Amino acid sequence: MHSSTVRRRPGAIAAHATLIVLCLGAIVPIVVVVMNSFKTTQGIFGAPFAFPDAETFSVQGYLNVFARGNFLLNYQNSLIVTVATIVATVVLGTLAAWALVEYRVPVAPALAGFFVVGIMLPIRLGTVPLLKTMQAWGINDTLLALVLVYTAMQLPLAIALMSTYFRAVPAELKEAARIDGAGEWRTMWIVLPIVRVGIAAVASITMLPVWNDLWFPLILAPSRGNQTVTLGVQQFVGQFQSDYPALLAALTLGAIPLVILFAVFSRQYIAGLTRGYGR
Amino acid sequence: MIRTATRYRMLAMFVVPALAVYVAFAVYPLLSSVALSFFDSSGGSSAFVGFGNYVDLFANPATSERFWNALGNNVEFFLIHLVVELPVGLLIAALLTSGRLRRSVAIYRTLLFIPATLSVVIVGFLWRLIINPLWGLVPFPLLGNELTALPTISLMSVWQYVGIPMVFLYTALLAIPEEVVEAARIDGAGGWTTFWRVKFPLIAPQFGLITILTYIWTFNGFDIVYALNGSAPGPNYSTDILGTFFYRSFFGSSGQVADLDLGATVASVIFAIILVTCAAYFWIVQRRLKTYEL
Repeated sequence: MHSSTVRRRPGAIAAHATLIVLCLGAIVPIVVVVMNSFKTTQGIFGAPFAFPDAETFSVQGYLNVFARGNFLLNYQNSLIVTVATIVATVVLGTLAAWALVEYRVPVAPALAGFFVVGIMLPIRLGTVPLLKTMQAWGINDTLLALVLVYTAMQLPLAIALMSTYFRAVPAELKEAARIDGAGEWRTMWIVLPIVRVGIAAVASITMLPVWNDLWFPLILAPSRGNQTVTLGVQQFVGQFQSDYPALLAALTLGAIPLVILFAVFSRQYIAGLTRGYGR
Repeated sequence: MIRTATRYRMLAMFVVPALAVYVAFAVYPLLSSVALSFFDSSGGSSAFVGFGNYVDLFANPATSERFWNALGNNVEFFLIHLVVELPVGLLIAALLTSGRLRRSVAIYRTLLFIPATLSVVIVGFLWRLIINPLWGLVPFPLLGNELTALPTISLMSVWQYVGIPMVFLYTALLAIPEEVVEAARIDGAGGWTTFWRVKFPLIAPQFGLITILTYIWTFNGFDIVYALNGSAPGPNYSTDILGTFFYRSFFGSSGQVADLDLGATVASVIFAIILVTCAAYFWIVQRRLKTYEL
């Protein structure tokens, strides 16, 4: 035992060293931006890789962002769109996955396949008809248009993922519920707590692509009142190219919420990603 | 036991809401886009023109030059992702599962995945700042040169998404039962041999999956190029990919009038490019790659 510990040590050091270098590569660029967002313009260009000190520290960038940009409204819009999409995707996806797993009639596999194909379909390519539909329905340039498109976009993965969790539920449990006289809704309701890990996974894989999307906000909800954070940052940077403190503050404000959410939900997210695409 | 009639009723009741949203906002727009590509609606009324829009796109110099350029750039964009992301992702996944790290694994994994959680817009600007010659880290304007602009943007995107192949390979490696690895070790295989002879073949199907997902995502790419270079991505269209070309075609830009028919045609071509490759993958590769049952 002792000899094997000694033999493994150089390997472990090399592994740690390689991973630390790679982690620095992933994190340092983000840290540089956050750090410089708390500096004056002179500080940013004089010593871009130094921490802010008494002389260069400034929150003017943040003040400028809040003064000129539409940041609070952008946050509110992103929050509404993301939460509404997550709720719609979880509810519709869970119901559909339950039924596709539970009610095995000849059309069920075909229906499941029809949904699964959607995991690979790039919905963006249907943008021209989507734009026409939204205009015809009078919901072009609204947050509702975004929620509908994102829900359609995320449902296939949500259904595939929830199906894997529903399949793992013991049949005896459902039979017991039915024998006790529970209807189908009630039976599903009893099973739900068992698949809550799946629901968390669906919610966390839905969050990122929706919050970060640029394409649909740009096309389906571009007006100032409906801009999401991603579009807001993009427009802000285009408009105030020379105000570096404000620009860096805008990038920081855009990045931080999701990094924090990911740090909290990384396990569910990774489980959702690999389970959803893998099967 | 539930009666068959009840099963149909239940299936319909639970599935219809999801189906309605999926069909209305995903399936119908895609198919409708393909249908639109066979019509000319420029005069107010729409007339069937067969493959006329496609002939225009492929052969009319006004649009075809840009199309072939964007397609070529997109192939390059995809290949750079594949060639860099796969080996780096594999290296990280192998290190994380080498059994030498203990508790620090979760920290490394989370840190390495953080760039993938950022918006592409943020990634683009972040890197543009860092490689900005004024900061002195890179003395050469990488984004301003026709030869280096596209590889630079591709590598920014690789930096962001390397966590994805990492996570797929990491999960696959974790799924290998301890006994298999232990058996190899008892047979005298070292860490290196065990990895390449035992673990690597077991995770091989993941490479197919990662390749096809990377293919779909890169041929559907748009955000990072648009964020950095706008809808007519320079210098001299050297970073134009199919996504930005598509956007320009139906939305218009300084150098181009908006044309919904052309947009639908471009979308259908991208759709075909993705669909044909996916189909080929599922029929040929997926059948040949044996998934080891463990």
